[in-house]
Amino acid sequence: MSSSPDKLVYMANQIGKFFHSQGHDRAVQGISEHIWKFWDPRMRKQIFAHLDAGGAGLDPDVLDALQKLRQQA
Amino acid sequence: MSLIQETDFGTPKSKSETMVTLTIDGNQITVPEGTSIMRAAMEAGTQIPKLCATDMVDAFGSCRLCLVEIDGRAGTPASCTTPAMNGLVVHTQSERLKKLRKGVMELYISDHPLDCLTCAANGDCELQDMAGAVGLRDVRYGYEGENHVFAKSHGCENDNWMPKDESNPYFTYDPSKCIVCSRCVRACEEVQGTFALTISGRGFDSRVSPGMSESFLGSECVSCGACVQACPTATLTEKSVIEIGQPEHSVVTTCAYCGVGCTFKAEMRGEEVVRMVPWKDGKANRGHSCVKGRFAWGYTTHKERILKPMIRERIEDPWQEVSWDEALNFAAAKFKGIQQKYGRDAVGGITSSRCTNEETYLVQKLIRAGFGNNNVDTCARVCHSPTGYGLSATFGTSAGTQDFDSVEQTDVVLIVGANPASAHPVFASRLKKRLRQGAKLIVIDPRRTEMVESPHVKALHLPLMPGTNVAVLTALAHVIVTEGLANESFVRERCDWSEFQDWAAFVADPKNSPEATAIMTGVDPNDLREAARIYATGGNGAIYYGLGVTEHSQGSTTVIAIANLAMVTGNIGRPGVGVNPLRGQNNVQGSCDMGSFPHELPGYRHIAGDAVREQFEAMWNVKLNKEPGLRIPNMFDAAIEGEFMGLYVQGEDILQSDPNTKHVVAALSAMECVIVHDLFLNETANYAHVFLPGSTFLEKDGTFTNAERRIQRVRKVMTPLNGYADWEVTIMLAKAMGFEMKYNHPSEIMDEIAALTPTFAGVSFAKLEELGSVQWPCNEKAPEGTPVMHIGGFVRGKGKFIVTEYIATDERTGPRFPLLLTTGRILSQYNVGAQTRRTENVVWHAEDRLEIHPHDAEQRGVRDGDWVRLTSRAGETTLRAEITDRVAPGVVYTTFHHPDTQANVITTDFSDWATNCPEYKVTAVQISPSNGPSDWQKAYDEQARNSRRIAPVVEAAE
Repeated sequence: MSSSPDKLVYMANQIGKFFHSQGHDRAVQGISEHIWKFWDPRMRKQIFAHLDAGGAGLDPDVLDALQKLRQQA
Repeated sequence: MSLIQETDFGTPKSKSETMVTLTIDGNQITVPEGTSIMRAAMEAGTQIPKLCATDMVDAFGSCRLCLVEIDGRAGTPASCTTPAMNGLVVHTQSERLKKLRKGVMELYISDHPLDCLTCAANGDCELQDMAGAVGLRDVRYGYEGENHVFAKSHGCENDNWMPKDESNPYFTYDPSKCIVCSRCVRACEEVQGTFALTISGRGFDSRVSPGMSESFLGSECVSCGACVQACPTATLTEKSVIEIGQPEHSVVTTCAYCGVGCTFKAEMRGEEVVRMVPWKDGKANRGHSCVKGRFAWGYTTHKERILKPMIRERIEDPWQEVSWDEALNFAAAKFKGIQQKYGRDAVGGITSSRCTNEETYLVQKLIRAGFGNNNVDTCARVCHSPTGYGLSATFGTSAGTQDFDSVEQTDVVLIVGANPASAHPVFASRLKKRLRQGAKLIVIDPRRTEMVESPHVKALHLPLMPGTNVAVLTALAHVIVTEGLANESFVRERCDWSEFQDWAAFVADPKNSPEATAIMTGVDPNDLREAARIYATGGNGAIYYGLGVTEHSQGSTTVIAIANLAMVTGNIGRPGVGVNPLRGQNNVQGSCDMGSFPHELPGYRHIAGDAVREQFEAMWNVKLNKEPGLRIPNMFDAAIEGEFMGLYVQGEDILQSDPNTKHVVAALSAMECVIVHDLFLNETANYAHVFLPGSTFLEKDGTFTNAERRIQRVRKVMTPLNGYADWEVTIMLAKAMGFEMKYNHPSEIMDEIAALTPTFAGVSFAKLEELGSVQWPCNEKAPEGTPVMHIGGFVRGKGKFIVTEYIATDERTGPRFPLLLTTGRILSQYNVGAQTRRTENVVWHAEDRLEIHPHDAEQRGVRDGDWVRLTSRAGETTLRAEITDRVAPGVVYTTFHHPDTQANVITTDFSDWATNCPEYKVTAVQISPSNGPSDWQKAYDEQARNSRRIAPVVEAAE
């Protein structure tokens, strides 16, 4: 977990794993809300950049949640 | 100002609601049934002479001084053990009573030294008072006979005489002055619950004895001070009183150690503290204390305190002492320069959970309004941030639900990942008292803590593998749901029913059963089922938890699982039940309440909410940033990436307390300006460019908020040695940066907090003066505060059940790191030890030790006391081993109080999914024999010594 996208991907997936048991739709809602509420803009910018670069390593719920969040932003 | 004299009613207050009326000395008095005649008389203003009675402990009836006459009853009963009854006619003074009392006192004094003038209790001696009260004028027996008073009698050694025991660093035991009233023994049993003291021998041979005639220090004594407080003579006396003399005035204030928030009288002589005595009206502690609050305040005047501001360009340079102006201007110029060069968001700050609410509020205000960003965080990030998240999601408030008094009505106590006997000792004493009355105790902890087994207390212990909290708690819920023990009517009325059904279906899944999860958790399924049944059906069930819950990858999930358990059993919303996080630091609740988190303003309101933010903007007259700021671990990451360059740290030692020390060192080293505002050159200061001297809790006014949400006054008893209270320093720093904040007194800061925060709307210094303390919410709906929350309904509306899937941490054991390290605290030390290491408390704990099971130790050739190397994926350190079966095979344990051990070199970057609270409690490690300090420890020590150099001041020539 040295470079920053890896760490952010790990953190985002950790959030995803908590919400996963609530089903896809509620998970996507929960994940995007959580990241919006608690991540500072710098971290969000970095994860969006990673998303643009293909979003490697992001779990499916998380990928959807980040796309949803970026559309809102 | 004068010395606050608390009335001693002789026996404890009766809680009965039935009243009885009796006549004492011709006056009618009505008291609750069960009140002693002694207490009834005192309530009416008549003090019956007494020696063995005091209202902190039950009546004992041994001194025979408190005799009274009752019409129609034979003899002269002791008023302390005789209950008041309807229609009794009592006389407290008569010829017969006078004679009897005088006779009793004469016997006492015939075996007591008459060195009153030079005695430490001179001015505060109940024996002397009683001799005066009964009119004793003569001791006919003389002092020639057998006695305990003189070392030699008739030229020979006196075998009855015992020398003073000065082994305890804070008090002495002088057996020659003992009247064997047993107050100390009973205080140790009834108040503290340690049972360290006893009376050995019978009759004339009776002696107070710590353990089996051991020294106080060598016995089980935990130095809480209850015995010293109870002693009516100079037998047990604070060494500070012996050295200084009796205090002349006192001020009520709040302890600055743990989250229990004990109230003390600071007993003073001028500006010198003579002693700290727990205040009986303190609602958190009810007159009790622990070794830290009672005795360990010597750090406040320790020679290592830094009293002058210091600066340096580079951390390799020695410190330079400068004026306040120069230091503040230097700091302001650096911060402004950083913001110009790297952007507005490149600086931030950390508020202190040891400082007052008012000080914390000002630091977050400086950051949000002065720095213009929301990069503010606090040490709760690394302890109870998951509590905030979890309880807010399920109940709607980020705090415990009860007051401490609630435990007196609890039938089943469930402790999860907490060791109150060490970390919250005064609450532990109150809890143990309830347990001795018959309440049941369940402890979920990897380690057999002091709570699991103590005198007259035996818990049902579920020793789980570190990291499996969620699996264990979900299995408890499984048993409750599948065995039909859920409180359906409560859930239907108070919680969201469809969410409950989803949750119930989830927990009922056989994969969550105790039998299925045992392979991961290591907990005996039968014990777990038994625990679930006891909690669900044993009456009022209360959960108390600590950092063993929060400091995990699934910390927030565990808090949610706890809330689920309380809801499914209906154990919420009345006295005796609830969910109670035991807060670590004195004001960690307050620092969270005061808006120390980057995403929320005071009162837990998200920064993005326009309406709330606009209120603050109007009051502060500045535009606020609506984006959440960086949390502490995010600040470190950003620093290493070169985007976060300046940090103001008030009263925290992040280098020692935060995980993965190497990462923290890298982050701090990367910053261009670190301002440390503290009492001492702590570990973080080794990487700082500006040092602003801090003030202690004795040197300022303000408030602390304890784990019960109780807001209590901190009162200034001496002038700040460094010149300024911390709130004044923050104002000066803000001014240097061009942001003016004007307050003449902390009460004005509290007024601003109350104006902006609905849960604090009714709080003011005037109200605290009037009521002593209040628990928030305190507003129009609850003008005197809220002892118990969620009565009749949850703050968020319907209680929310949330599914808690167990996800194993990625910190795994394997061939290279086969053991799990978990961390905790010890009674005598506090947090990073910055305060307690600078007191005599080091006699109990001079170094951190590694607890290891005999089996694991033998495999590695480690003997008790050997130096061992402790290695994890993050780093390595060395410390000495203590072989014990308190820990299970496969688990090792240490404390983190000493910087030379640096337990956090070992801990990793893993953190709670929701809040980034670090996973301190689970680290995969290996242990091997070692010869001494690791290379890291040596390098660290050298850097620290270098960094702490202060350049000699060169006097300018005239």
